[in-house]
Amino acid sequence: MSDQIGVAAVPRVGRRSTRGGARARMRTLTPYLLIAPAMLFLAYFLFWPAISAFGVAFQTASGEWTPANFQALLRDTDFGLSVRNTFMLLAIIIPLEFAVALAMAVLAQSRLRGRGFFLYVWSFPLAISDLAAGLVWLSIFTSHGYLNSVLQDLHLVRHPVGFLNYDNLPGLLLAVVVAETWRSISLVMVVIMSGIQQIPAELDEAASILGASAWNRFTRVTLPLLRPTLQVGLMLRTTAAFQVFAVVLALTGSGLPVLATKTASWAYGARNYQMAAAYAVLLLLLSSLATLAYLTFLRTPREVYQR
Amino acid sequence: MSAAPQAVASRARAAARTRRVEPGRLLLYGCAVLITLFMLTPVYLIALSAFSPSEAIFDYPHPLVPTGLSFDNVRFFLTYQGIGLALLRSIAVGGLTVGISLVLGCPAGYALARYWFRGKDLTQLLLVNVRAIPMVIISIPLLVTFIEWNLSDTVWSVALVHGAITLPLTILITASVFLRIPAEWEEAAMSLGTSRVGAVLRVVLPNSVPGLAAAALFAFVTSWNEVFVAVILTLRGPTLPAALVQQLSESPLQFRFAGGLCLTIPAFVFIFFMRPYLFNAFGVGGK
Repeated sequence: MSDQIGVAAVPRVGRRSTRGGARARMRTLTPYLLIAPAMLFLAYFLFWPAISAFGVAFQTASGEWTPANFQALLRDTDFGLSVRNTFMLLAIIIPLEFAVALAMAVLAQSRLRGRGFFLYVWSFPLAISDLAAGLVWLSIFTSHGYLNSVLQDLHLVRHPVGFLNYDNLPGLLLAVVVAETWRSISLVMVVIMSGIQQIPAELDEAASILGASAWNRFTRVTLPLLRPTLQVGLMLRTTAAFQVFAVVLALTGSGLPVLATKTASWAYGARNYQMAAAYAVLLLLLSSLATLAYLTFLRTPREVYQR
Repeated sequence: MSAAPQAVASRARAAARTRRVEPGRLLLYGCAVLITLFMLTPVYLIALSAFSPSEAIFDYPHPLVPTGLSFDNVRFFLTYQGIGLALLRSIAVGGLTVGISLVLGCPAGYALARYWFRGKDLTQLLLVNVRAIPMVIISIPLLVTFIEWNLSDTVWSVALVHGAITLPLTILITASVFLRIPAEWEEAAMSLGTSRVGAVLRVVLPNSVPGLAAAALFAFVTSWNEVFVAVILTLRGPTLPAALVQQLSESPLQFRFAGGLCLTIPAFVFIFFMRPYLFNAFGVGGK
């Protein structure tokens, strides 16, 4: 959408000759005056807090500079667990949902009948919160829930399986992975579809005329050209997946601590904003590292632009 | 009845098509149906458990078809202590968020759509990439700020942050909406004697109502769904998701299912109206 904005009408200069400089100056000032309130608002409520979180994390409650919060963070119960759980969820969810979302985007682009209906159903989780997703899947995974009902009806299990028991790590991971994938896969699909639509159709047609199979066209033409889109999508989703919160809370309570639930419990339960900020800063660092990695390893080779 | 021969013809064509369905195509349909089932089954099941009589929770294994219709669970949820107020607060926060993001976003979007200015590319780059800032990190310092301002635990505090979250995309959506309205229309209105402001008010805004409505809906739903900031910033006056999070550990399952359903239903309505703008709101811009 930004290249659409890029071709916006350039202001006409024809009419200003009579009234001279003041009017012209007004004209160059107008866009800045229009955009200034929004940018100031964002600076105050978005950029400044993101920076000042570092201040809170490196200070005592009375405002002296100290590294003590991070020392306490390393000793915090569940710190290691919450890091491990966050990374395990990330490592399963991101590859899984990108693989399936790619398939969904390709399916939605192919000329299936009922395409509009499929696209509608596949995109409605875009508007579902992580909390709602957690509660929806709770009705399935809870010990007397629908999954156990079905398993028991099929005589696959004799007693309900405790998927969400605090000591059943595979069960807890499964539930969170399924619920979070269900919720966020639509976003990945829409991002990928918007990328596919920017690929000139002639390339695919040319490959087709030259006799390339559908699979080869996908892996040799579509996928390489999707690289910039996949890069942005991966950055967005990885940042979000580091912050996975309400899904985990709704499904597992405190059974599967992750970094965001630890942040919230320090801020909310203990009212210890310094510790909460330390966790938040750690999250920012981790997602910045991931973003940097994607920028480095998924860079579009320069020759693509030169052609 | 001229439709009948047409229907016959189309049926014949459909039959011809089904006769030479290749296995590959069948596989595609199979995948599409499977994904659709994966998406819809959970919604069916939560509706089933929310609308079942409250005794049904004790039936185990649960039947997978409705055995009776009852609004007890939903009524229990909506009349539960604090939920009604939390619902109203969520609506108020959503309304304020829409107000903030449209009042600040429309002028900025108009500037992006109609003017060239120094720093424009940088501004757009910033607006697209602002989504990379984790929401978790901005809520803690803002909580400290709001406590100093005596704004903590209020509807305004949450709305200001939600406004900041939705504003970048509101600007990009409104810019693309204004771009679809030819600049010539404005010039025509101005040559008929109105000022630029008059042209914007009488020509541009009336023609961009559907697009602006989509932007407003987008801001509202983002605010309606936002959990983390609301949980951090409120204590006695939570929004609906924050109230649900507060009650999670001590509430009965039926309460949580009814809550989950109430949070899910608006999504279907929202996406239905947002379809033409999906790529603007959620897709990836240009380069």
